[in-house]
Amino acid sequence: MKKRALLSTLFTGALLLYGTGDFPPWGDPNAPAARHVSPLYIEKSVEDTHVPNIVTAVLADYRGYDTMFETIVIFCAGVVVVSALRRPDA
Amino acid sequence: MKEHYTLPQDRPIGPSLIIELSCRIMIPFIQLFALYVIAHGHYSPGGGFQGGVLLGAAYILMAIAFDQKTSMRFFPLRVNTALAGTGVLIYTGTGIACALLGGLFLDYSALEPLFPLGPVEWRSMGIFIVEVGVGLAVMSIMVSLFWDLASGGRLDRGL
Amino acid sequence: MDAMLQEIVAKYNYWIYVVLMMIGFYAMIGKSNLVKKLIGMNIFQTAIILMFISAGVKKGGGIPILDKQAVLERGVEAASIVNPLPHVLMLTAIVVSVSVTGVALAILQRIHGLYGSLEEDEILEKIDR
Repeated sequence: MKKRALLSTLFTGALLLYGTGDFPPWGDPNAPAARHVSPLYIEKSVEDTHVPNIVTAVLADYRGYDTMFETIVIFCAGVVVVSALRRPDA
Repeated sequence: MKEHYTLPQDRPIGPSLIIELSCRIMIPFIQLFALYVIAHGHYSPGGGFQGGVLLGAAYILMAIAFDQKTSMRFFPLRVNTALAGTGVLIYTGTGIACALLGGLFLDYSALEPLFPLGPVEWRSMGIFIVEVGVGLAVMSIMVSLFWDLASGGRLDRGL
Repeated sequence: MDAMLQEIVAKYNYWIYVVLMMIGFYAMIGKSNLVKKLIGMNIFQTAIILMFISAGVKKGGGIPILDKQAVLERGVEAASIVNPLPHVLMLTAIVVSVSVTGVALAILQRIHGLYGSLEEDEILEKIDR
């Protein structure tokens, strides 16, 4: 069992390392992740919202919908733990 | 090889003066720093999630250093459940208020008629309001998770 | 040799995080204690979060906290600030990781109460019986 686990781990690791051949080099300003919507957020966020912290402005204003569902996720986790563990005192 | 583990209740430690005194000094400062982190989410790394976890960590420290009953005396269970719901309600309520006043959902500049600040300043204020909501919800859930997991659901004595 | 060194310098951060991912992956499938599997999942999630953060770095870039007066007067250039989008997405990922760990620990407590042990093979033979 452990030998099968080790072999499959090494195989998956080799596949992932082969896949990093297509990644952009580290620190490249023209990487695809930094091109489409990210320059818009960097340039426009201070004049649109007057908030110097770009991460907070993006998290709570441009992507506020995702943060709302994030809060609902952590609330649901609390509800699940309460309903799974608490028993009415018999 | 499968060992048998002894539960913490079988090895009584007892109250310790050093731990109790130092935690009694530290806990108000942890809470103050957590409020600082929430309020300064605009100007430094921080915001709702980080400050909420710090606030919850203050009560978890109280539950570890003293007794779980002490922590539940300072932060009652009913207040905990109420604050968790209030946090989510503040966030969703802000979004619905923006929609009711004419803008899109979660478009903070539509809150202009409530108080004359300017549409750009209302976006900054809207970000602050939702961060407070997120902080309250995260604090309550962190403390509730710890209480439930440490006491196995019984909520009488913890770790 | 020179091309290989250039490849290593350009990509070594991804390789480190792939190694960390595989450590977590081995813990998830190779260990038989359920708590160790859960910790393996936590290591995997942490490796993913760190890999995304490291993929957003720009050479010579500053942190995404700007000076309000200077930006309102002069504007900011997008190539001199680190990409803020992975930071935002990974905040959500951290909270999801905490929630999943909390729920999994609650389920593990119930499993321990029902079957008396947390080892995968003992639980499986109690279920099969």
